[in-house]
Amino acid sequence: MQARQNLGRTIAAHAVLITWTLVALFPVFVIVVNSFKSRKAIFADPLSLPLPSNFDMVGYTTVMHQGDFFQYFLNSMIVTVGSLFCVLLFGAMAAFALSEYRFKGNTLMGLYLALGIMIPIRLGTVAILQMMVATGLVNTRTALVLVYSAQGLPLAVFILSEFMRTVSDDLKNAGRIDGLSEYTIFFRLVLPLVRPAMATVAVFTMIPIWNDLWFPLILAPGEEVKTITLGSQVFIGQFVTDWNAVLAALSLAILPVLVLYLLFSRQLIRGITAGAVK
Amino acid sequence: MASRRPLRWHIAVFLAPALLIYSALMIIPLFGTLTESLMNVTEAGERVFVGLGNFATLFGDALWSDAFWNALGNNTWFFVIHMLVQNPIGILLAAILSTPRLRMAAFYRTAIFIPTVLSFVIVGFVWKLILSPIWGIAPGMLDFIGLKSLFAPWLGKEQYALTTLALISVWQFIGIPMMLIYAALLSIPDEVIEAAEMDGITGASQFWKIKLPLILPSIGIISILTFVGNFNAFDLIYVAQGALAGPDYATDILGTFLYRTFFGFQLQLGDPHMGATIATAMFFIILTGVCVYLFLIQTRLRRYQF
Repeated sequence: MQARQNLGRTIAAHAVLITWTLVALFPVFVIVVNSFKSRKAIFADPLSLPLPSNFDMVGYTTVMHQGDFFQYFLNSMIVTVGSLFCVLLFGAMAAFALSEYRFKGNTLMGLYLALGIMIPIRLGTVAILQMMVATGLVNTRTALVLVYSAQGLPLAVFILSEFMRTVSDDLKNAGRIDGLSEYTIFFRLVLPLVRPAMATVAVFTMIPIWNDLWFPLILAPGEEVKTITLGSQVFIGQFVTDWNAVLAALSLAILPVLVLYLLFSRQLIRGITAGAVK
Repeated sequence: MASRRPLRWHIAVFLAPALLIYSALMIIPLFGTLTESLMNVTEAGERVFVGLGNFATLFGDALWSDAFWNALGNNTWFFVIHMLVQNPIGILLAAILSTPRLRMAAFYRTAIFIPTVLSFVIVGFVWKLILSPIWGIAPGMLDFIGLKSLFAPWLGKEQYALTTLALISVWQFIGIPMMLIYAALLSIPDEVIEAAEMDGITGASQFWKIKLPLILPSIGIISILTFVGNFNAFDLIYVAQGALAGPDYATDILGTFLYRTFFGFQLQLGDPHMGATIATAMFFIILTGVCVYLFLIQTRLRRYQF
């Protein structure tokens, strides 16, 4: 009786999870599958897999010839990696100062930095744009890197300082006795120890930066600095009626994110399950 | 501590870069925007202090106030759908995932989180295509289960468009409440669960009576995250419906309203001062939400220390 009840419950659990997994993956599946089909097959039989009879790469050829996707991709990479570097390095430095030293205004500083976790940076857009115009940074990748660094720093400082508190004091004091400077202690002793936390912060920071549409649209809409997110948005907007091209562009936009996610998913999930809820 | 400690310059060096970037690009612009909302330009092009004049226009001028209340109302509905659909389903999925000895849990977790990492551009267009009456995937599937008559061009109808978009957003972000609740459920110590089982509390009643009270703080966190995220949303609506948030502004939320006002669209010119005014209004809405959470909800939730 007990065993049968358990079996029933297990089946129900899997049924619910499989249903939602299908709901989650179905749209992605439909897009990728249809991007390899001829225009006729896309409409005649949208749910079938690409067969030799209806296989067609015309969408991808259009995308390659029309949009400057390689440049967009490069821009996104530069912006994301640049912002990540700033967020991780400066965030870790600030987190170290806050967690390691006791000084006047420490708590206040922590609160000041934490403000940015709750208040979205978008609300300052009007003044950010004025500032970028004044400094001539409009339509540069630097503008985006600066904004995204500011956006990512609060959460990075918050998570990293939690982790740095767990680094043993004995280790740092041993370093001090050996005459290491505070900078060496930070770079040589503490940073390597919080590497897992850094990876988590990196994934958290990276996804919203790569996917953001608001700031590229406002600060850097120029052709040569467009990110891939904005680039594909504009491209798809222009090619609405060319279904092959639209589906191919969407598949190309999904691919890098998906690969990155599958590579880092364990890190991401471990990060959420360890640090976020305490 | 009689002797003065030497100035510890390294603290300043460690803090300076983060503080500089954060202050220069986040705090100062935020205050800049708040001040800008108190300014306007005269017809001669002079920048003058107008006090709360912009707010009087926003709330008093029917043209502005109708648009604002429409956006706020839509935004509230957008939030309500998330709270009623996204968070309960997220909690349900997390509860099932956290069952001990569940096979393929890692696979489900990874798969269900995939939409969350996709960009709004992808999500918006993908759903636009699927729901499109031209392509026929959605009507075709409804036909398959015999419900073809239910199909409507949901994104194009005023009465359905906003709800449809909210559900698309739910589809995208369900991974976040799921993960956070999953983590909270995993952190409940085994002794508590074992004690409950000793007392004969298992299955669903164990969830309602034991686990749910223990994860209430996490539910509070996902609620405030949902609130801030929703009242700051823009991308999905912009991608799916454009800056005009059609049909007939039925899907206009505060983010798209701010973008249109600040940047202008078609024939209307952009107005940075009214834009700043709307951003300020959004700031106070979000601030109110965060304060309600911090002072009214969070302090009343009992936290259990294990």
